[in-house]
This record gives sequence, C-alpha cells and structure tokens, in this order.
Amino acid sequence: MANHALGAPHVSGPQPTEKTLVVVETSAQSAPLVQVGGNEWPDRVFSWTMLLCGLSVLAIVALIIVELVTKSNLSWHAFGWRFFVQSDWDPVNDQYGALPFVYGTIVSSVLALVLAVPLAIGVAVFITEMCPRWLKGPLAFTTELLAAIPSVIYGLWAIFVLVPLLREYVQPWLAKYWGWTGLFEGPPYGIGMLAAGIILAIMVVPIVSSMTREVMTAVPQQQREAVLALGATRWEMIRVGVLRNARAGILGGIILGLGRALGETMAVTMVIGNRPEIAKSLFAPGYTMASVIANEFSEATGDVYLSALVEVGLALFLVTIIVNILAQFLVWSVTRGTPARANG
Amino acid sequence: MGVGIKVEHLNAWFGKTQALHDINIAIASNHCTAVIGPSGCGKSTFVRCLNRMHETIPDAKAAGKVEIGEMDVYNGTSAVSIRRRIGMVFQKPNPFPTMSIYDNVASGLKLNGFRDRKRTDEIVERSLKYAALWEEVKDTMHKKSGAGLSGGQQQRLCIARALAVEPQVLLMDEPCSALDPISTGKIEELIFQLKEKFTIVIVTHNMQQASRVAEFTGFFLLGKLIEFDKTEKIFTTPSDKRTEDYITGRFG
Ligand SMILES: Nc1ncnc2c1ncn2[C@@H]1O[C@H](COP(=O)(O)OP(=O)(O)O)[C@@H](O)[C@H]1O
Ligand SMILES: [Mg+2]
Repeated sequence: MANHALGAPHVSGPQPTEKTLVVVETSAQSAPLVQVGGNEWPDRVFSWTMLLCGLSVLAIVALIIVELVTKSNLSWHAFGWRFFVQSDWDPVNDQYGALPFVYGTIVSSVLALVLAVPLAIGVAVFITEMCPRWLKGPLAFTTELLAAIPSVIYGLWAIFVLVPLLREYVQPWLAKYWGWTGLFEGPPYGIGMLAAGIILAIMVVPIVSSMTREVMTAVPQQQREAVLALGATRWEMIRVGVLRNARAGILGGIILGLGRALGETMAVTMVIGNRPEIAKSLFAPGYTMASVIANEFSEATGDVYLSALVEVGLALFLVTIIVNILAQFLVWSVTRGTPARANG
Repeated sequence: MGVGIKVEHLNAWFGKTQALHDINIAIASNHCTAVIGPSGCGKSTFVRCLNRMHETIPDAKAAGKVEIGEMDVYNGTSAVSIRRRIGMVFQKPNPFPTMSIYDNVASGLKLNGFRDRKRTDEIVERSLKYAALWEEVKDTMHKKSGAGLSGGQQQRLCIARALAVEPQVLLMDEPCSALDPISTGKIEELIFQLKEKFTIVIVTHNMQQASRVAEFTGFFLLGKLIEFDKTEKIFTTPSDKRTEDYITGRFG
C-alpha cells in the first residue's frame, strides 16, 4: 500500500476490480493535481507553430521584395536612375519617367500632413489634458473610428461633398486672396491635388492623434507638476511639461501618418484627377505612385510598361518601409520611458 | 528675503474625503520649519495647499486663509502668480529631461517672459551656486541634459531651478527620501545656508533630519496639526501625548 499512497502509476499484475477501484481512489487523493515533467509535446508543437507564423511574415516580405525586384528589372535596365527624374510617361513610345508620380505622392502627402498635424495634436491635447472626463471616452473612440472607415467610403464622400464644396466656395476664395502665391490658380475644378491632400489629411488625423495621445500619456505626472510649480499656465504646462517631453514620439506619429498618406490609393485615385503632370498650383490635377499602379496595371500590355509600373511599386514599397521603421523607432524612444528615466 | 506664512482654518479635501482639518499655524520668515508625521497624515497635502498645487489634482479642493507675506493665497491672487513666488521641490527629482542643465535652471525665468541673456547667465550661475551644484556642472551645463546627472545632483538641480525665480518661500516635500546619505547630507547643509535668504518648509519622515535642519516642527496626525513648537521642545518635552508616542517610535 505504501507505493499506492505515493500515487505510483503502475500497479503490477492483474488485480481484482474491487482492489483497482480502491487504488484509483487513493491515487486520486494523493497524486499531485499537476503532473511534474508531464507531456512536453503540446508545448513544443505550440512553440514551433508560433515560430512558423513569425517566420512566414518575414518570408512574405522577402517574397514581395524578390518579386518586385525581378519584375522591375527590365525597366531598371532600360532607364536606370533616369526613371525617377524624367517626367514623360508615354506608353505609346515605351518611354517611362516616374517623376510626376513621385511629385504627386510627395506633394499630396506633405499637404495632408500640413493640414492634419495641427488638428491631430490639438485633438490629442484636448482629449488627454483638457477634456471633461465623461467626454474623453466617446471622443477618443470616435477619433479611432475615423481610422476604421474604408478608404473607398472616404473617396465617395470626397466626390459628393468635398469636391463640390471646394469648387463652389473654397477654391474661388483661395484664388482671390491667395492666388498671388501661385499655389492657388487656374480653373477651380474641385478635383485635383488640393482635394487629395484634404482627404488624406482626414485619413491621417486619427493615426497622428492616437500616437500623440499615447506618448503624451507616457509622460510622467511629475513633469507636469514640475512645470506647474514654477508658475506655468495650463498651456505652458502642456507645452513645456508634456509636448516637449513627448516630441520624439509625436514626430514618430507624424511620420507614421506620412507612411499612411504615401501608400493610400483608393481615396486619392478618386479625387486627384489622375494626370501625370507637374503643376505648381494645387488646383491642378496630379497623379500618385499608388494611383498609377492601381489604374494602369490591368491595361499594361507591353513588358516594359508592366516592368515600369512594378518599379514604381518597388520605390513606393521601399519608401513606406523606411518611413514606418523610422516612425516606430521614434515612438518607441518615448514610450519605453526616456522621460520617465529622468525621474528615477 | 523670505516672508512669514500665516495659515488659518485651512481645510482640504480629495473628492469627499477630508485630508486636512482646520489647520492653524504661523511659520516664521527666514527659518526652516519641518512638517513631520506618519505616512498619509496630510503632510504633502498641507504644503501643496500653500502654493495651491493641491487644486491641480482632479476633484481636490481647499478652503481657508493662507497669507504668505502680503499675499492672500486663496483670495484675490491667481494660482499662477502664487506659484511663481513660491518654489517647490518634490520627493522624486524631476528635472526636464529634454533640456540642458542650464535650460532647466532658466526654465522658470523663461516662463515668466524673462529674455535678457546676460542676466539669465548670472541668475543661472547664482542659482547653481545656491544649490551647491555650480562646481560640478559649470563646464557641461550647456551640453548635458538634466537627466544625465545622478539622483542627488538632479535634486540639487531642481532646487536651483526653484530658486532661480527668487521665490520668497521654498517648499520641500521629502526632498531626500530618494537620495543616498551623502547627497542627503549635502542637501541638509544647503538648507542651512538657504535659510538666510528664504523661508523654508520641509516635509520629512525622518525625525533626525527634522531636528538637524529645522528651528520649528509641526506634528501632523490624521489630517490634524497636533502640535507645533520649537523643534527642541517637540523632540524633548512635547506637550501632547500623541506627539510623544510618535517621537519615541510607539507608532507611525
Ligand atoms: N491624489 C489623491 N487622491 C485621493 N486621495 C489622496 C490623494 N493624495 C493623497 N490622498 C489621501 O490624502 C491623505 C493625505 O495624503 P498625503 O498628504 O499625501 O500624506 P503624506 O504626505 O503625509 O504621506 C491620505 O489619506 C491619502 O490617502
Ligand atoms: Mg507625502
């Protein structure tokens, strides 16, 4: 009976049923509930599966790069670096220069940031520092919700609401008072670079503002108190005690927003006008890298044409990857506790 | 020069819980006054009521009369202008990590709209000397961040920052509790010299520290000021039984 009491799993030899029942009872009472050194297999399978999941992400990225590089080879050999500084995009004569798309992508994205960043930081400051408590949750939720709206919906909204508004009211006003800058001249179509910039701005606001909110919350309370105790007003406290400490992370959020704006396709394609031209005026139509790929890929017949489109895609891919890495790094530099360390 | 502080019928709340009950005290100018008592008895709340930092906490409020020199703290003066004339040093050193040492010290001046570079240089130097930090940082103060200093140096930097705006009163809430004994010694020495120019109120849970640096000591218990007297008297022949129990370590 001694080894029964220890809960030994083996009972040697055949035994009467009665006896077995007794054994089961005693071992159930005395055996540890969790078996030491039990089966390791589920654990191993689990780790291997997870590792595979992790690796598959890397594999997908690698495959995309390989595919883009091989497919764009033809165009790269034909045009070299000229591809990015020439502005004629002429499928008829098989001449491809991507400059108008690069220009359109950069201008629409920068315009989006110029419009979105002050608004996004304002929203973040209001939600974290000034908003009455009952409004905090709903407001934060609504801002996040903006990020969840499919971009084609933004595009539709822009066509039916934003573009007419620009055409009827905003552009005539801009042309009248700011036309001398050269940025707002030409016929007010509504559709064009300005519309693309505005719609991108609306899409970028939730990204920048939620990032800003996150890094602002990471700034320790003692920093706010330090500024207040020096006799700062509320605004000075926010500027010196919060925004200044969070600035690297805010910059990260802005760059993350830039990444989003650079790659956005659908909404932009619907309102930018899709003409490969470089114009100073923001009223003029333009074209972006993402839009040209989406629009022309299905009708690209020649090998060089196809290859040129893939090269545009490769360039866009690399730029967005770099931008995102930079953004993550900056955000991380704040949230891992750089400002907090100063207090410890 | 420091000024005296007169507190009458001061009450303070966090939401519905009352943290201070009818505090009356007169703090002498150009002396150091210690505030002692067990943890949670309202020491921090008391000093934070003196410069109206208490009300920056959501739902916290205070009522009563506090006079600092000529200034009526809770009547007719804005919280911002009160805080500009009262320096405060916190338990955890909190220099601004994104600013150089120099900018940390000058930050109060900048907030006040002070722009004169040459005067700022002088004031920064003087404040760092007051805080006994000048010799250690004078060569690096423009390049090095406030966060790059040791804990004790950071706390002295915070003292310099508070002193730069020439406050009339310096409030210190357990300024040494995060520091090692050597840094603590330096700060205590500093308090001795600062008394000549400022009125100092120091919260401490360390009774030896109170007896070393303060001429007067107030003993708080459960949000009430139990006894306030010369430090010597408090630590040798207190008149209240509860003070005696605390001093002799029978509770707290
Ligand atoms: N932010 C706060 N919110 C609610 N109650 C608080 C807060 N800070 C302090 N208290 C309460 O007020 C009382 C006094 O606290 P405090 O002044 O910090 O004590 P001490 O500094 O003497 O340790 C304590 O009972 C504490 O729990
Ligand atoms: Mg305290």
